[in-house]
This record gives sequence, structure tokens and C-alpha cells, in this order.
Amino acid sequence: MIELDCLGQKCPLPVIALAKRIRDVEVGETVTVLADDPAAANDIPAWCRMKKQEYLGSPRPHAFAVRRLS
Amino acid sequence: MDAASAVPLHPVAAEALTAALADGWADPARLYSAGRQAQQLRDATHAAFAEALGVRVDEVSLWPSGTAAAQAAVLGGLAGRARRGDTLVHSAIEHSAVLHAAAKGKSAEVGVDQLGRLDLDAWDRAVSAPGVALASLITASHEVGTVQPVAAAAGYCAEAGVPLYVDAAQSVGRVPVPPGWSLLSASAHKWGGPPGVGVLVVRKGVRWISPYPQDDLYRPGVPGALDLPAAVAAAASLRAVLGEAQAEAVRLSALVDRIRERVAATVPDVEVVGDPVERLPHLVTFSCLYVDGEALLHALDRQGFAVSSGSSCTASTLRPSHVLEAMGVLSHGNVRVSLHRGTTATEVDRFLSVLPGIVAGIRAEAGL
Repeated sequence: MIELDCLGQKCPLPVIALAKRIRDVEVGETVTVLADDPAAANDIPAWCRMKKQEYLGSPRPHAFAVRRLS
Repeated sequence: MDAASAVPLHPVAAEALTAALADGWADPARLYSAGRQAQQLRDATHAAFAEALGVRVDEVSLWPSGTAAAQAAVLGGLAGRARRGDTLVHSAIEHSAVLHAAAKGKSAEVGVDQLGRLDLDAWDRAVSAPGVALASLITASHEVGTVQPVAAAAGYCAEAGVPLYVDAAQSVGRVPVPPGWSLLSASAHKWGGPPGVGVLVVRKGVRWISPYPQDDLYRPGVPGALDLPAAVAAAASLRAVLGEAQAEAVRLSALVDRIRERVAATVPDVEVVGDPVERLPHLVTFSCLYVDGEALLHALDRQGFAVSSGSSCTASTLRPSHVLEAMGVLSHGNVRVSLHRGTTATEVDRFLSVLPGIVAGIRAEAGL
């Protein structure tokens, strides 16, 4: 599991970071993105849907957990 | 390609505006001949709007903008029903003008699905709840083009005895608005009239109380002087636009189909959003993954294309579009293309030919 600190970054930067770094975890493992841009709460789940990854929800404010499925 | 914001002035509007500037400058309330001439022109303008919209003349009022008309509809509709309730039910995808009016008091929001279609079951429950004064539904989304089930929503409102206000800014002059509503607003610069003219229709029997201080005139309504020349031009252009609406809808809808198909086929990682069938004829929205919306807008502008975006980086609020959020679709890299009578197939094809390269360039700069 890795955590990406994208606090202070504007969208689409947190989503770009997620797309680049998800390859660094094994299938089935999770990546947590820390992002406070207001678009992240919408765009990270949307990315998961488009790229067939699993959105696990927001465990705490400004944190978004994603499980690699492929 | 941003007709949903404003359309270039229709030639009929330009002609009518010039003529009305000469004949309609006077105060219609005055008793000398120039005043009477202005009064006649004003009455003829109201009559032309009534005929174009299929309503009675005394149901029409003209406002300084579509936003002013929309807010008067909401606030006046709520005031008229104050004894029955205090809550406004509205869809999650209303125009911000309506949402800001809603924020003045109590409101209940009804969601949409991923295509941007109103959740009718939730709407039924919301309008049937006690204390509802008014319901507000946009006839078709100004951001994604999805046409809303106005007739069905109006049916639930009628069962509950709640008047329905429809924001028809994107529909009037392009597609028919289904019946069943109590209040309707529209905006002239969306159909080729001049900016600064909003239309409000309040059907007979609907209680509407002006939310604004009144003047000395005999009938409650819009305070202050009407921009009569602009109103004359708006009415003349609406009549002209309605005459060509069916043919234009067919032509533009085919261009939108082409954009929907080519964008999905030629741009990787793109999401074309909104209902592909139940949609406005002239509007399409898509979002490109990993692309900064502002960069995309500027790159398209350099190629001569004026488009709009719902991405947060392009908004004065720095928040993503509430419509895209309500649908749960990607909000960054968002482009809204909306076409008008001056848009040609050649222009659309050129847009489609430059877009994939622009998107690829922005992605390459981001290291993808």
C-alpha cells in the first residue's frame, strides 16, 4: 500500500499521480491519495470507473482509497 | 461553439433593434405621442412573446436578463405560496441562478443519474412532502444537454398541488417545452436575441408575488424601465428562430452525433457525458482524463474555437461544475460544445481534426 501526498495540487494533478503510481502496487493492493482540491472527491471515483479500478471510499477527509484491480 | 452561453445576434434581431431604437426610446407610461408609440410597441412585443410561447399576453413579463427572470420566478413563486409552505424542491442540476435563489430559504434537492436524468421517484417523494411551496426543474441541462422528464415531473407536482417552475433557457427557440408547468423563464441571447432580455411566464391562477419593491404602476411586475428596443428585437428573433427550429434541430443534432461519435473514437480516455438520445439538439459535453480544462480551453481558443468548460480551473468559484458532480462523471478536462445557426459542418470537422492532437499535447506535457 502506498500513500500519495497531493495536498495543495489542483486537479487533474492528483489523478495523474494516481494513474502513474498505481503501477507500483500489486493487483489487489491499495493506493491512498491525499488531495484537497474540491474536484478530487468527484474525479478519483470517476477515474476508477473509467479505468476499471475499485474505489474504496474516503477513509478520512481529503483521503481517497483505490484498490488496483488490473 | 458556445451557443449555450450566448448566440450571435440573429439578423432579424439586428434589423428589429435598429428600427426599435428609433421608435421605442420613449417611456411607454407617458401620454404624449412618442410615449403612446412606445406603449404600442411594448404591447405588440408582449403579444408576440405570448404567441410564440403559446400563452396569454397578460401571463408574460420581461426582465433585464434570463437570470433576473429565473430568480423572480423562484422568489415570486415562493412568496405567492407562503401560506402553503416554505420549501423549494429543485433538481441538483439547476442553473446557478436558481440555486442562488434557492439558497435564500429552505430547499430540498433531488438528484440525477449518471446520464443527468432526474430521479423521478425521489422527485415524487420530495414534492409530496408537507411544506413544499414550489418545485423547480430545468427543461434540459445547460451543461450536458440531457432533456428532463418535464411532463412526468409536472404530473407529480399536479398530484401534490405544487406549482412547477421550469427554466427553459436552453429549450425555448430550439425544442418544444412539454405542458404542465406553472411558471417558465427564458433568455433572449440563448436564441439569437440581444443580451439583457429575460422572459417570465406566470400562468393564470398561479399566485406570484413580486419579491421586489414596486413602483406606481397599476400592475405588480418588473420594477423600472424596460429595454424596449432589445425586447422588440428579442421577440422578432424568437419568431424567426421558431420558424427555422425544426430544420435547425435536425441539422445540429446530426453534427452533435458526429462529435459524440468522433470524439469517443479519436481521443483516448475520454468520457462523452449526458444522454445520447434524450438530449438537446445543439449541445454536447465530454471530459478528457488527465487534461487541465483551462489549458484545453486556451489551446482551442488559439485554434479559433470558443467552447465552455465545467472544470474547476475554469470556474470563478474554483469548484467543479455542480452538474458534473451530481452525475458523478469526470469533471476535469471538460469541454462543452454548443452549436447555433451559424455553425457549419466544415467548422465542426476542423474542430474534430485538431482536438486529438491538442489533448495528446497537453497529456504529453503532464508526462503521460
